[in-house]
Amino acid sequence: MSVSSLFLIVLGLGFIAFVVGQQRAAGYEGDTRLKSLPHHYGFLTAIWSSIPALILLLAWLSFEPVYLQKQIEQSLPVEALNQSEEVLELYMNNIHLAIQNNQAGDDEVVNNAVLHYQRSELHSRSLITALVFVLGLSGIIAGLSRLLFRLHARVSIEKVIKAFLMLCSGVAIVTTVGIVFSVLFEAIRFFEAVSVFDFIFGSSWSPQTSIRVDQVGSSGSFGAVPLFLGTMLISAIALIIAVPVGLMTAIYLSEYASARFRASAKPALEILAGIPTVVYGFFAALTVAPFIREVGESVGLSVASESALAAGIVMGVMIIPFVSSLSDDVISAVPQAMRDGSLGLGATRSETIKQVVIPAALPGIVGGVLLAASRAIGETMIVVMAAGLAANLTVNPLEAVTTVTVQIVTLLTGDQEFDSPKTLAAFALGLMLFISTLVLNVIALHIVRKYREHYE
Amino acid sequence: MNNTEIVKQGLKKRYAREKRFQLYGKLAVLSGFVFLVILLFDITSKAWPAFSVTEILLEIPVDHESLGLSKDSEPNEEALSGINYAGLVKQAIRNVFPEVTKRQQKKLLYRLVSSGAEFEIKQMMGENTDLIGGEPVSVWVKADDDIDTYYKLETVTSRVKGEQVRFIEKLKAEGRIQTSFNIDFFTTSDSREPEQAGIRGALVGSFWTLLVTLLVSLPVGIAAAIYLEEFAPQNKITDFVEININNLAAVPSIVFGLLGLAVFISFFGLPRSAPLVGGLVLSLMTLPTIIISSRAAIKSVPPSLKEAALGLGASHMQTVFHHVLPQAMPGVLTGAIIGMAQALGETAPLLMIGMVAFIVDVPGGIFDSATVLPVQIFLWSDSPERAFTALTAATILVLLAFLTLMNALAIFLRNYFEKKR
Amino acid sequence: MQQGLTSEAGSVAGLNNFEATIGENLIDDAKISVRHADVFYGEKQAIFDTSLDIGRNQVIALIGPSGCGKSTFLRTLNRMNDTIADCRVSGSLTLDGEDIYDKKMDPVLLRARVGMVFQKPNPFPKSIYDNVAYGPRIHGLARSNAELDEIVITSLEKAGLFEEVKDRLTAPGTSLSGGQQQRLCIARTIAVSPEVILMDEPASALDPIATAIIEELIDELRENFTIAIVTHSMQQAARVSQRTAYFHLGHLVEVGETSRIFTNPRHQMTENYITGKFG
Repeated sequence: MSVSSLFLIVLGLGFIAFVVGQQRAAGYEGDTRLKSLPHHYGFLTAIWSSIPALILLLAWLSFEPVYLQKQIEQSLPVEALNQSEEVLELYMNNIHLAIQNNQAGDDEVVNNAVLHYQRSELHSRSLITALVFVLGLSGIIAGLSRLLFRLHARVSIEKVIKAFLMLCSGVAIVTTVGIVFSVLFEAIRFFEAVSVFDFIFGSSWSPQTSIRVDQVGSSGSFGAVPLFLGTMLISAIALIIAVPVGLMTAIYLSEYASARFRASAKPALEILAGIPTVVYGFFAALTVAPFIREVGESVGLSVASESALAAGIVMGVMIIPFVSSLSDDVISAVPQAMRDGSLGLGATRSETIKQVVIPAALPGIVGGVLLAASRAIGETMIVVMAAGLAANLTVNPLEAVTTVTVQIVTLLTGDQEFDSPKTLAAFALGLMLFISTLVLNVIALHIVRKYREHYE
Repeated sequence: MNNTEIVKQGLKKRYAREKRFQLYGKLAVLSGFVFLVILLFDITSKAWPAFSVTEILLEIPVDHESLGLSKDSEPNEEALSGINYAGLVKQAIRNVFPEVTKRQQKKLLYRLVSSGAEFEIKQMMGENTDLIGGEPVSVWVKADDDIDTYYKLETVTSRVKGEQVRFIEKLKAEGRIQTSFNIDFFTTSDSREPEQAGIRGALVGSFWTLLVTLLVSLPVGIAAAIYLEEFAPQNKITDFVEININNLAAVPSIVFGLLGLAVFISFFGLPRSAPLVGGLVLSLMTLPTIIISSRAAIKSVPPSLKEAALGLGASHMQTVFHHVLPQAMPGVLTGAIIGMAQALGETAPLLMIGMVAFIVDVPGGIFDSATVLPVQIFLWSDSPERAFTALTAATILVLLAFLTLMNALAIFLRNYFEKKR
Repeated sequence: MQQGLTSEAGSVAGLNNFEATIGENLIDDAKISVRHADVFYGEKQAIFDTSLDIGRNQVIALIGPSGCGKSTFLRTLNRMNDTIADCRVSGSLTLDGEDIYDKKMDPVLLRARVGMVFQKPNPFPKSIYDNVAYGPRIHGLARSNAELDEIVITSLEKAGLFEEVKDRLTAPGTSLSGGQQQRLCIARTIAVSPEVILMDEPASALDPIATAIIEELIDELRENFTIAIVTHSMQQAARVSQRTAYFHLGHLVEVGETSRIFTNPRHQMTENYITGKFG
């Protein structure tokens, strides 16, 4: 039975359960033992009928592929399993293809595996169908029993709903755990092949130049220093642009601009934040980079066509609204009394801003800058499109550099063998990226929260 | 000298500094605007050629001899598909340029029209079999993308040879070349040939992906917000959940892509390149946005309303679902739309889960291989042909139009409900 | 309603009659003279036709129920209300005969001459030393570091704070107690050597002991400065001031010697206020 019809069965049984439960409760109307309205009992019966079945169905859906894969492996003869990994993988692909097309081939082993697969699938499906029916029906039967009417149905329903709400808020934790585990496991496998030391301190990055496939160590070098340096170079350029411009924008809008100008200028600037990064990437690669190259060449500088400068500038512009809205928040949080104190002494507005407001807002601004830095480090599309792949160890903004995110994309979008160090390296880089942005975020959020509390 | 005079002396300098500082502020605000205008202008000017397409008028011979069909029998489907349509197109071109005889020149000649022209003819013949045996049919066929670019922009590139320029001049003189609105841009999917490429596949892919995102993230997001705002006890676990949500909002999007690859595709074995996986990954990404904005909306519901409902004997749960949530809904929806707009523009995580493949078919559901608008932009921007640049820019405009629409809707919703309140 | 009342000539001094200020609101050789001042916030009028002189080297207390406009009046004297976008002032206000609202009068220079101490202590996020040195630095009053040191020390001494903080001048100003912070703010104001010091309820956020110290300080400062103090405490007004002005709903009701106002108020409203019938 197909998955969608299984779901339909669960829903159908649930509906029947609702009707049965409600009718049954309505029959008891006037009975003082009935603590809730009839439809509450209907819902409760429906919950009893469908929730366990649904949970079972979802669990089965997630683990069926794993189970079937195991079955295929078991069906293969020993000599097939003893082949090298590449050949085995090819073999598996053939089997899956045969299953998909439902065609018998001329390979006895493959045919056997297909048959075995189909048998196992049939078994698994029949079992789950039976179980779903049993669970669904037993829910209905439970609903018919007198026991149900001793319960306060509404309270029970609300307990179930509350559990569901709680589960949903737990998704955030599950996601974080999922991220940590998914990058950590693959990264550990990577570090089995390449030492952590070489990865973090090595100065040569060339994962593409595999000399011989069967030797792990020779499938390229994985020194990530050029990547870290490139990431920092581009992020630094971005921050050099975004921090002063964003900060001055925030200062002007919150301290000088009229309320009307502010009301229209702020959303207009926020447009910059709403533009997808791929658009910035396009602009950086096709307009800014050639422009910088031309300008550079007209003054006699040699500029790479994928210079760090182009990507950095455009990334800087992208995070201007980010910096300015964060700074705006913290500047507005500085109490007016502080400004009055300075103005009352005869300071000009700019003196007040530079010497009183900014120092007072500094922790918040620093927090904002850290968040912006984390943004810049994690930004992907602009650098993928405008920064290039050359892992040069340089701090010259006119040369091409590559970044952590660019390499992750490059390593994972080519043809994939999931176990090669080349692919696993992407997860090691992902781990580095996650850790560094996490640290920046945690520090920044902490600083900003402390700052807010200070002036509240 | 008393203090007043000392202060007076310094005033001029201090006011100059004040003015300079204000000027920096103005420049900063201005620079943001200037950049925005340059960006939009640059993209629009790059995009406009993509909305028109160059066509060349050819007389396609449809007599039995040219088609290679026998006069006696009715043409059946097999016979029709056996026709050498490419040859027909070539013949038609040669008829326009009878003077061209050299092999080398002929090759250049054939390259005037799009390689898709033969399919246009094939389709036409298939639909109108009664044309067979009649007079040659006049058809506007698409020009090759290089010719198209040359004709529309009138710039000489290395990709258009001198000979071809003369050919075009002749076509122009005979009124055999024109530009018209490029409807195919909206009705076809990706292609290797820019003049045949369109965004329909990507649009539909974006639709399926966003549908999954909305269906997953909105209920989960609202439920989480309700729990955290209304039911969560004040304890360490709740704090931890909140810290997690705030951090997730700042985790780079590409890391979510790694999660999707490792968990949804490798572990659960969901299909690569499918809107289902893309939607799930984007749901996890937009979830913090939706939770945070929903919580703010729920918090802004006046407590008096809640107290009134509770006072009438409604349970806490009933109060939340019957009174608080409906009141908070505009705010929740505004947040959801903004989250969806973010998801619509997101590219990096989708690259990780294989939505970068070259896909010609329009996806029919959430399990089919698909691509989305921003990824289509990324793919085309990498293509060397100049015509693809225009297509990329045009796709960007379409994407920006959708984003503008969504944000306008969010603003409208907010204003509408604020007024009503 | 107000205009209707003013046109009613020769009516007796009674409740809700704001026709004219009672008492000695004008004096000879005033430091600051205000004539027929009106202050508006947008459409709303906050001060009505007020005339008042502030004498040299004396303390004048501005009293009245909250919202009566006494703080607004104080802020018009050094144009602190310039920072409020839709605030308008009309009438004539002069400092030593110079028009405060003249185009030629520079607000920066004016505020250097007319300093201000605020209700809540608002030390800058700087060290104690830098807080006091802030004014002299921005105005360029000290030619050398030694001179600046001297200004800071004398100001702290005058504010009666030096003994308490001399060992920790580099500590942040916010590390001081509330009363000390307020004295730091006074020291900060004195450091610029203003001619007039405006104080807006300087002790309202402080405990009684700190308040007593501040009041003592105000009395000492009178030797060198002209002081206008807004207070909601009548006892404080009685203790520190020589003259007292009573404001009600934006109108200056009565002005006179402090001893006279508190013993023999002539306007019914003043009497009601100081006897605690409202306020």
